[in-house]
Amino acid sequence: MSNLSKTRNPAYTPQDATPTRSFPLRELILFGVLLVAVLAVYAIMGAAYSTRMLVEAACYAILALGLTIQWGYAGQFNAGVMGFVALGGFCAMFFSVPVNDAFWGTALPGEFGRVLLYGAAAILLIVGASKLDRLGVPKPLRTFITVVLGVVLYLVVISQLREVTDAIEDQAGFVGGLGLPPWIGWIVGGALAGGVGYFIGHICLGLRSDYLAIATLGIAEIIKAFLKNSDWLTRGTATVSPLPWPTPGPAELGFTLSRAIYLSFTAVIIAVIFFLLNRAYNAPWGRMIRAIRDNEVSAAAMGKDINKRRLEIFVLGCILMGLGGGILGTFNSLFDPQGYLPLNHTFLVLVMVILGGPGNNLGTIFGAVAVYIIWIMSEPLALFLMQLAVMFGESAFGWDAPSNMDSRALQARVLVIGLLITMVLRFAPKGLLPEKIKSHS
Amino acid sequence: MNELVFFINNVVISGSVSGSIYAIGAVGVTLIFSIMRFAHFAHADMMTFGAFMVLLLTTAFPAAGASLGVPTAVLMLPLAMLLTAALAVGIDKIFYKPLRAHGVKSIVLVIGSLGVTLILQGLIRLFSGTGAQSLYVDDRKEIFRLALPFEGARAPIVVTEPQIYLFVITLVAVVALHLFLNRSRLGKAMRAMSDNPELAQASGINTHTIVAVTWIIAGALAAIAGTLLSLDVTFKPDLSFFLLLPIFAAAIVGGVGHPYGAVVGGFVVGFAETLAVFNWSVLLRPFRDSLPLWLELPSNLAFVGTEYKIVVPFFILVAILVWRPTGLFKGKVI
Repeated sequence: MSNLSKTRNPAYTPQDATPTRSFPLRELILFGVLLVAVLAVYAIMGAAYSTRMLVEAACYAILALGLTIQWGYAGQFNAGVMGFVALGGFCAMFFSVPVNDAFWGTALPGEFGRVLLYGAAAILLIVGASKLDRLGVPKPLRTFITVVLGVVLYLVVISQLREVTDAIEDQAGFVGGLGLPPWIGWIVGGALAGGVGYFIGHICLGLRSDYLAIATLGIAEIIKAFLKNSDWLTRGTATVSPLPWPTPGPAELGFTLSRAIYLSFTAVIIAVIFFLLNRAYNAPWGRMIRAIRDNEVSAAAMGKDINKRRLEIFVLGCILMGLGGGILGTFNSLFDPQGYLPLNHTFLVLVMVILGGPGNNLGTIFGAVAVYIIWIMSEPLALFLMQLAVMFGESAFGWDAPSNMDSRALQARVLVIGLLITMVLRFAPKGLLPEKIKSHS
Repeated sequence: MNELVFFINNVVISGSVSGSIYAIGAVGVTLIFSIMRFAHFAHADMMTFGAFMVLLLTTAFPAAGASLGVPTAVLMLPLAMLLTAALAVGIDKIFYKPLRAHGVKSIVLVIGSLGVTLILQGLIRLFSGTGAQSLYVDDRKEIFRLALPFEGARAPIVVTEPQIYLFVITLVAVVALHLFLNRSRLGKAMRAMSDNPELAQASGINTHTIVAVTWIIAGALAAIAGTLLSLDVTFKPDLSFFLLLPIFAAAIVGGVGHPYGAVVGGFVVGFAETLAVFNWSVLLRPFRDSLPLWLELPSNLAFVGTEYKIVVPFFILVAILVWRPTGLFKGKVI
C-alpha cells in the first residue's frame, strides 16, 4: 500500500477543499441540463413513455445509491449488481403474485415441507459429524466421516427435492405467490440480498479487493441460473406477469397518471434513502468509513475494526440493490429471469456511479437519471445510425448487408458502455460531481 | 463395462478438455496478476477475440489446410496468436498504461478491464453477429472411435479430432512456457519482477519490456484457449462471462502468480465440473441387483444439473478462499 500512495497522482487523491461554502454552480448547471433533456423527451416521445422512463431511472437511482456507498464510500467493487437486483425482483414477484390453489390445495406443500425438514436434519447431522473430534474420534477420521456423510446425505436430499419439484411443475405449474402487498416483497428482497451480500462479504472482504469482484460476478450468474432454471418456483423462461402494484394500476387510471403516482412513490423512497445516507456520510460512522477507504493502515492503527466496517457497508449496499430491484420488478409488472443481463443491471449502474461521482449521493442520482435517458434514447439512435451506414454502404460500394443488422446495432451499445467506463476512469476519475471533502483546518 | 466407457467418455475425456482450456486461460490470468497485480477481467474476451480471428482467417482461406492435411483453423492459429498478442499489447498501451501511470489502486484497473471486456464484446458482436458459428468451414470434424478389447464392451471410447489437437497443443504450450520461464533471460527477469518489482527494476531489468512480454504471452495463450474451445464446440461471441469464473477459480486454486499452479488448478476445476454433473447412478447400475431392497436407486444421481455447472467453480473458489486463500501452491500475490 505504502509504495502506491507515494506515486499517486493528485487527481486521484482527495485534496483539502476550501472550507467556505461555495455557490453550487456546477450542480445547478448539470441539473438544469438534465431538466431540459427530460422536457425534450416529454415533448418528443409523449407523456406515458417519458414517465415510464423516469420511473425506471428512479429505480436505477436506488441501485446506483447502493453501489455508490460500496464503491464511493468504501472502495469496494461489486461486479454482480445484477444478482442482487434479480433477487429483489424475485421477492417482489413471490410475495405479490396471487396464491396458486393448484399448489396449496394439494398434498404438495406437505411433501415440500418434508424435504425441507430432511434437508435441515441432514445439515444437523453433518454439523454433528464435524464435531466428532470432541468425543475422542481422531481428526482425519472425523473429516473423512463428515465428507462421506455430507456427500451421501446431499445426494439423498437433492434427489428427493428433484422429485418434489418435478411433481410441482407437473401438477401445479409453479408454486405461485403469497398474495401479500408488494412492499413486503421489496423489504424481504432487500433482506435476502443483504444476506447473500453478508455471505460473500464475509468470505472476500478480508482478502484482496479483486477477489470480491470475482466472487460477486460469480454469485450474480449463479442467482440468475437458479431463477432461470427453477421452473417450479419462478416459471423460468415462461415468465410471471402481471405483478400487482402497490399504487392504482394503469387499468384504473390510465398509463400516465398511474405511472406518475408510482413515480412520486419511488421519489419519496429515494428521498428517504438520500436523507439517511447523507446523515450517515457526515456522521462519525461515515468519516470512519472514508478513513478506511483512504488509508487502511492508519485506520487500523486507530483501532478501527476494518473488516467489520467493510462488511457493514457492503451489506448495506446490497440491501439497497435488492430493494431497488424489487421496486423495478414490480413496476415492470413482469418477472423474467432471462431479462436480467450483466450489461443492463451491472455495468449500466456502474457507469451511472462513476460518471455521476462516486461518493457523492447527489452526483449519483444525477448520473443515474442522465445515463438512463442516454441509454433509452440510444436504442433508436443506434438503429438509425446502423440503417444510415447500411444505406451508405449499399449505394456507395454495393455492399450486401447481413440481415441481422438490427440486433447488431444494439450490440453497439455494449461498446459504448465499455468506452464510457474506460474513458471516465482515465479522464474524469472523480465523476461529474466529485465527492466534496470537508476539511476543518 | 459399458458404464465404464460411459464414465471415460463423460468424465475423463470431457474433464481433460475443459481442464486444458481452463488451464491455458488461467496461466495467462495468473501471469498478468503476478506482473501487473490486478485481476484481468478482459481475458475471456481476448480468448473470444483469438477464436474470432481464426474464424475470419478460416473463412477467408477455407482450403488452405487441406493441402497440409490439417484443419484450416489449426493452421491459422499461429497467425491468430500473433494478432491477439498485438491486441493485448495495444490494449495495455491505450487503456491500462495511463491508469498505471496515475498510480491508481489495482481495483480501478479491474474496473478498467471490465470496460475493455465490454468494448471487445461489442466489437466482436458487431462484426460477427450474435449467433454460433463452426470453425470447421471447409473441413470435416474427424471422430475417432476406439473399441475396447474387452468382452461385453460395446460402446467405443469417442475422441474427436479437435480434442486431440487440444491435448497436444496444451502440452506443447505448457512445456514451452516452462522452458521460457526457467531457461531464458527474459523469463527469469519476469519471475524476478513478479517476486519483487522494485528490486527487479533496481537491478537493471526493463520493466516496460517485461510488461509487454507478459501481454504477448497472455494474448497468445488466450488465442490458443479460445480457438481450441471454439474448435471443440462452436464459436460463440458471448462465452466470456461463463469462462471468467472457472478461469479465475483455477488461477486462485493454483495460487495466484504461480503458472504451474494455474495448470493444476485448471484441471482441478475442469474435473470437478464434469464429476459434479456426471450422473453417478450410471456407475451404480451394474450393482443394482445386489443392492438391498429398501435402497431404491434414483435415476439421476448427479450432484448438480448441467444448467448449474457454474456453481461448481464458484463453490471451489469459496472453499479455497475460506480454507487456503493462498492457493494449493502458495501463490505470491495476496
